[in-house]
Parts: sequence; structure tokens; C-alpha cells
Amino acid sequence: MNQHLPGAESAPMIEDLYRSMKRIRLIEETLIGLVAADEVPGSAHFSIGQEAVAVGVCSVLRDSDVITSTHRGHGHVIAKGASAAGVIAELMGKETGPNKGRGGSMHVADLSKGIYGANGMVGGGVPFAVGAAWAAKQDGTEAVAVAFFGDGALQEGILLESMNMASLWGIPVVFVCENNGYAVTLRVEDGVAGSPVARAASFDMPASKHDGMNVVEVREAAERAVAHARAGNGPSYLEFETYRYEGHQSGEESLRLDYRQDAEVQEWRKRDPLLHATSLLAPDIVERIDAEIEEEIAIAVDFARNSPEPSADTATEYMYEGLEPRKVFES
Amino acid sequence: MKRVRYIEAWTAALRDELREDPDTFLLGEDIRDSLRRGTVGLHQEFGDARIIDAPLSEQAFTGFATGAAIAGKRPIIEYEIPTLIYVAFDQLVNQAAKFRLMTGGQAAVPVTYLVPGSGSRRGLAGQHSDHPYALLAQAGVKTAVPSTPSDAYGLIRTAIRDNDPVVVFGPATSMGVREELDLSELPLIPLGEARTHREGSDVTVVAVGHLVQIAGKVADALAPEISIEVIDPRTVYPFDWEALRRSLDKTGRLVVFDDTNRTCGLAGEIIATAVEGMRLSARPVRVTRADIAVPFSPVIESRVLPQAADLRAAIMKVMQKEQQW
Repeated sequence: MNQHLPGAESAPMIEDLYRSMKRIRLIEETLIGLVAADEVPGSAHFSIGQEAVAVGVCSVLRDSDVITSTHRGHGHVIAKGASAAGVIAELMGKETGPNKGRGGSMHVADLSKGIYGANGMVGGGVPFAVGAAWAAKQDGTEAVAVAFFGDGALQEGILLESMNMASLWGIPVVFVCENNGYAVTLRVEDGVAGSPVARAASFDMPASKHDGMNVVEVREAAERAVAHARAGNGPSYLEFETYRYEGHQSGEESLRLDYRQDAEVQEWRKRDPLLHATSLLAPDIVERIDAEIEEEIAIAVDFARNSPEPSADTATEYMYEGLEPRKVFES
Repeated sequence: MKRVRYIEAWTAALRDELREDPDTFLLGEDIRDSLRRGTVGLHQEFGDARIIDAPLSEQAFTGFATGAAIAGKRPIIEYEIPTLIYVAFDQLVNQAAKFRLMTGGQAAVPVTYLVPGSGSRRGLAGQHSDHPYALLAQAGVKTAVPSTPSDAYGLIRTAIRDNDPVVVFGPATSMGVREELDLSELPLIPLGEARTHREGSDVTVVAVGHLVQIAGKVADALAPEISIEVIDPRTVYPFDWEALRRSLDKTGRLVVFDDTNRTCGLAGEIIATAVEGMRLSARPVRVTRADIAVPFSPVIESRVLPQAADLRAAIMKVMQKEQQW
């Protein structure tokens, strides 16, 4: 989904958007089982329900454009063009992952696709996007950057600092807020004062809020913001209302947290972005795409399972260039 | 050859790298007018695009440099005071420094972070007087603390060319140090290579940053009775353990003179490593900062920072019979 597809709402375009969302959905549904079985070590943060934002935005980006992502980053990374097999292998800690098993879910990155990584710190990757877009501008290229972040990052100073710098210097970056209503367990109303759109607008950049469950609407908003950046008009802010159907992290259900009720989740399920896209496509097309994706993901999981683990002898590699780190025990 | 001040050599290194590599640029607070005097004349020569006054957003401009570096630039950041590193700590140690490893070597983050005027400046009290090089070494960030003009020149140029994040501290009280130099013919200095500031055979004194010259003077004063070797590690991470080993093979006695807090400071690491695997004939001794925020009044400030008299006492102690193993 990296070429800019012409013609708003053309059927082939919606097919592509749906295919990408379905790919993300199925990867993450598969990952839930892989985490539970400890085939994926540690934990993972799933974006099931939020696919339209990742896919709609990345559908207007090129390989030469940059994205920075969040701890809930699988969708962004896949939508921007990282391979399903590579991402699953990375999460399994395999040598064949794009990060060679050194990053995992929270740091998965593919620099060859302009993916500057998921990030384990809220808001932590946002200034990378600003710096990368500045570099592109200095070099006179048309590349832009997109910083994905959640409503939790609206509570971090680094986001405001980054928006301020981007606006001061007319940097071609799009700030994309995925407002899924909760920063872990904190409701957005309890963590964010005032209007984030008004906040962004006060930095003198276009700012708007959209339905993040409607991939076509997401794409149209992203298209405008990206065109604005490419034309040299500087940053903009897009906020998408969305929802995560899973907990903040894998295994959350075992904690029996009380921060949201099942009825609320069910309400949002009616707005499932995949259901919405399906409604725009003929049933046989949906069926065909689903079958394609199921096959693709089955092959990807096989690839990841059959991939080698990193060799223990390489445990200290990649920290530095030209420097061997000191060891746990030096005899 | 001319008498060159430390800060002039510092600036010359930046100028030479900016001239040589168009991907380099400087980003920091008040660097166009050069409040810290480490960037004097650079804005006039290189202009707005490469000498950039940043807003007071240390976290964001540190992360901005990371993004620009991944995209192919070679950013040079100046932190106006040493404690701004604390404000930017996540972006420095948890983002930039780990990026290469976390991405399995997909990208380098060649950013240089300069702190012209680190440590105590006398009378600047609790929040402007820290010398956090040991914190960065502990976090595994390549870190240099040059003590002479030629080392500042050579290490800054190396830091900028290095493909990893490198922090360079210029101690506030080193800024006036002068050397006879020809600035057009100074070599680059590799990271992890110590310099023997003064040769001796009885005691090894490892001194860091501005403490190197103080150690040299103490050694001169004690020279009639005790032969003191002063080792300047120049980079605290990576540390030149072989240089320490060579010196201890000769002396067997070690004193560390370090401007970081006593607890978990650099001195503790140096002594631990020496005790684990190097020749020591006497229990080593360290002279450090006290475990305290720097108090304001100069009379009490000097009592919590390592001083020449403390070093002298430490050297006398390490020479005593009771100190022998």
C-alpha cells in the first residue's frame, strides 16, 4: 500500500485498503495466540479496531516517506510496507526479523521502508519524524514524515515541543493522533484538558478531527495533510477517533480491570473498520481477499516458526560500531 | 604555533568538520550568538541552515537530531548547561543510544552532544554544577572529557565522525587551559585511548577532565619524594583499560581523582576493574565529589568537590605501609 492510488473511493482502492486492514487484523489475531503460547516472548499491544488509521494514512505515503510509530505499532509498520513474515519473525525474536530479533514488538522497524520504528516510550518517536522531515526538506526532496501517537502522548511535553518546532520551521510532517479513548486505563477526559485540535491549531497548523473507523475518511484527510506538507506548507495535525477492542496489552483480561465496560466495547464493534470497508465491497471480493490473506499469514507464521533464533554468540552485537561491549563476566 | 585556548580549539574542531562535511549541522540554545563561546563565528560562516538556534525544548531537539541522523545527517547538539542532559535523558540514553541495537543494526545514529562548561563553574549552585559523565558511561553512551585544547580538538572531530551517539564534556574550568599549537595540523584522537599526562613509577593517578592539570601540579610538588604517573583517560566510555594495566604493572598503586559523586561514580568502576584483574600492591584510594548537591556558597562548595589537597592526602595514604596488601 505504498503507491498513491488515484480516484477517491474507486473500487480497486477500497479493495487495497481492505486488504491491508485485513492483513493487520489477521496478523494481530494470530499474534494473540502466539503470545499466549509464549511463541512470542514478553507481551504485545494490539491495535485491533484501529486498522483504518494506520492503513488510511499509509495508503497515501511513498517508500521514501518516513513514519514513526508507537508501542501499538504493528498496524503502522505493516501498512507502511513491512512484510508480515518479517514482523511475525521479529516478534518471535528470530534472526530473520527486520531487527534480527533485537527489537521485538515495541521496536519493530524497517528502515528500507522508511519505518523508524515502533517505540516503547509514549511520544518518544515523535521528534524523530520532525527531524527526518527537516532533513528531507534540507535535501530538497519531496519526502514527508508522519508521526503516529495516541491520546496518551497528548499528555507528554515532547509532543508539544515537537509541534512547536515543526511549525516554527515549516517542517513537512503530519502529526497523527489515534485517539482510542484510553491511555492504558486513563480515560482521555481524565488525562487531556481542552481540545487537542484547538491546541494544534494554536501552533498555526491545520488541525482537524475525523472518524478513525472509516478508512476512506481517514485516507482523504491524510491525503490533504500529506499534500499540504509535500507542497512545502509545513505541518498539520489529524486526530482520528478510534477504539482498541483488545486490552492495553496482551493478557490484560486476566487482571480483570474495571476501566471500561463490555457494553462500550460492543458499541464500538458495530463501527468495526473492516465491517465498514466490507460494506463497500462485493461479497465475493471480500471472500477472495480474506482467502488470500489467510494464506499469506499462514505462510508468514510458518516462515517465522522455521526461522533460526539469533546465535547466543551474537548477543552483544549491534550496540556500537567499532566497539565491543564489556561482558557479564570477564574472566 | 600559537597559544591556543581550550575553547578556541573546541570551536576550531567544529568549524573544520562543518567545512568538511555538508551533512553536519549545529543545533542548540543561544549558539548563534554563542553564549557559551564554543560556536563563535560559526553562524557568520555557515548561516541559518547549519547553525540553528533551537527553542528551549531539549527533549524534542534531542529527538529531532536522532531523526535527522537516521535520515543521513550528522547533527551536533550543544547543551547549554550540563544538567540539560537530565531533561533530555530519555531521548539520549533510551532512544538515540539504543537505536542501533534495537533495530538490529539497520541504522546508525551519528549525533554528537557537546557540553561546553560542565562541572562546577563556582557559585552556580545546585542545578548548574553537575558533571554527569559517569551517568552516561553507566548508560553505555560513548563519552569523552578532554582536558587539553588538542584533545578537545581531536576528540570532537572524532565524535562527529563516529557513527554512534557521542557526548563530549568540556569542563568549565578547562576552558582557560592553553597550549602551544598549530591548529591546522592537529590529529584526530580515537575514542578509548588514554594519554599519559605525566610519567612516574610509584603511584598511578587516574584524573578526569579539569582534574588532570591539578593532578599534574600535585605530582610535580611531590616529585622529590614520590614518582607519580598521571593518566588522562580522555574518554570515560569506552575506557582504555590497557593503559591502566600498563601503568599499574609499573606502579602497583592506584589513586583515582574523579569529579563525579562517590556512590556509583566513575572512580568506583575504575577501582573495581583494577582490583578484579590488575596488579595492585596496595589498596587503591579514590578522591571524588561528596554524595551531595553542590551547595552555593563558595567556601562550602569547594569542600564537596575534589581538591588538590585531597589528592595529596590520598597519594600519601596509598604510599603508606598499612595500605599494602
